[in-house]
Formats: sequence, structure tokens, C-alpha cells
Amino acid sequence: MKRIHWLTALVWLLLVSSKALAIDPLPFKDAAEEDRFRALTSELRCVMCQNQSLADSNAMIAGDLRKEVFALMQAGKTDAEIKDFLTERYTDFVLYDPPLQSKTWLLWFGPVAILLAGVIVVIMIVRRRAAGPDQAPTPSNDEEW
Amino acid sequence: MIRRLLPFFAFVALSALLYAGIRLSQERDPNAIPSPLIGKPAPEFALPALHQPDQIVRKSDLLGQPYLLNVFASWCPSCRVEHPVITELSRSGRLKVIGFNYKDQREDALRWLQQFGDPYAQILVDADGRAGIDFGVYGAPESFLIGADGKVLHKHVGPVTPEVIERELLPLLQGSQP
Repeated sequence: MKRIHWLTALVWLLLVSSKALAIDPLPFKDAAEEDRFRALTSELRCVMCQNQSLADSNAMIAGDLRKEVFALMQAGKTDAEIKDFLTERYTDFVLYDPPLQSKTWLLWFGPVAILLAGVIVVIMIVRRRAAGPDQAPTPSNDEEW
Repeated sequence: MIRRLLPFFAFVALSALLYAGIRLSQERDPNAIPSPLIGKPAPEFALPALHQPDQIVRKSDLLGQPYLLNVFASWCPSCRVEHPVITELSRSGRLKVIGFNYKDQREDALRWLQQFGDPYAQILVDADGRAGIDFGVYGAPESFLIGADGKVLHKHVGPVTPEVIERELLPLLQGSQP
């Protein structure tokens, strides 16, 4: 029983510390503002480090941009305005959710196209198997490898 | 027959795709973010000069002549790598080079310049990196080619090399300079 208490305490500690780890302390006026900041910075991509969000990154520029995002929030800017501010300077690269444009069609629809191609191949194979009553050649020993 | 060759064609198509990917990443650094400022007026700035801290340099002060705005800092190892190239470019007189001392300590920057030499016609100080954000700077070194009219002609991320100068920077100047 005691052990379980320890475990829950540990898990709780990890959860709390991962939240607290989010680097430089900023003077949020309430929890709602802090949540908004967290949500916004985790949707933005760090320009220096590729696969980290602005919220997670320790890169110098990420810290500066977090401060900038915070300052823009204080200035009463909406999330969309803040994203525009960043894309004007750093292109759509900063958005984890890139807008639908002619040059991002492949990005948006490519996976669907590949999935469709896979479905078509599977349908073809299933049909062929259903049509021909067991046409599969009997495997010889040579083909084992 | 065609059916049998289908996997082969798929293989060829995939190979072509992967090869294209390799070629593209060779031509330019896939990590470099292209500047959205190309062809647009450079952002306005008013920054103190490194050597005369009470003098404020504005964008309008630098109009009339194209220049390379070279983002550097004493903490940046690659800046040391490109330093001889920048020095050579500046000395040749083919392009004016303005330094952009990014997020640095004044004493460190001065010591760095004393140690390696100061190739810059003028050095702007962006101590907190705020002006750098307007330019879309995300590290050092970075270099912006700015035309006589104050428009951004080119951005190069990473150390400037002689090839970059010959192939990317100088050809752009021929268009804007008589």
C-alpha cells in the first residue's frame, strides 16, 4: 500500500515538474492566460530546432520568441494576429498547422492519396483471389527463401 | 507483361522521388528558413552603434548604397569561420558590409573585433534580439543583402563563403547598381 502511495507521488511529481519545466518564468496574471500561452506556443514551431515546439525548446531564439508572444498577448493581440506576426517574419515554417495552399496540397492530401492507392491494391488482390478458385501456385521448396 | 513490371515501375518511381529529395537537400540547406522579406523593404530599425553607443543608426541612414547586413556575435563559432571571407569582401570594396551585433555583450564584441579585426563600415547593436526578430533572424551568422533603396535582395543563413558572394550576392547587385 505504501508503495502505491510512493508511485502516485512520483507520477504526480513528474507531471508537475514537466509543466514547471517550461523554462523561463513569465508574469502571467492568471491561469487562463497561462493556459492560452501554453496552447499557443505549443502550436508554434521553433525556428532553430525543427522538431520542437516553441513551448518546449531551449534554443535562445525560442526564448526570445516566447517573450515576444507574451508581450503581444499583453498588448491584446489575438492568437491569429500573433501567428501572423510570426509568419510575416519567419514564414509558415513556424506553424505546426500549415495553411492549405497550392504548394501544400501534397502535404495535406498526399497521405490520403497513398491510403486510397493502398485500398485499391487490396481490393484488386481480394477480387482476384475471389474470382479465380485457388490459382495460387503450389510453393516449391526453392521459393521458401 | 505490364502487370509483372508494375513493381519495377513502382521501384523506379520511388527511387526518383528519393533521389529528387537528396538533390534538393544538396542544393540548399533544408533547415534554412527562406526569408519572407525578399523583395520587400527591410524592417525599420533604430539601433545604437557599437563604437559610439550614444549614436542611433536608422534604416534611413543607410539608404543610397547597397550593403550586406551581417549578423554576428562573439559567442558564435561559425562567425569566426566566415570572418576572413567577410573581411576580404569588405576590403575589396565590392560591397559595403554593416555588422549586426546580435545578442552580445558590448565588451565581448569589442574584444572579438580586436582579436580578429573589424571589417565593418558600421556596427549596429541589437542587444536583446528584438530588431533581429523583425528581420527574421534565428541564429548567427546570417546575412542580408539590402539594396540601395532599402529592399531586402537576399538572405543567406550560415557562414558566407566566397561561392556565396560570387554566385548569390554579387549577381544581384548588378541588377540594382548602374
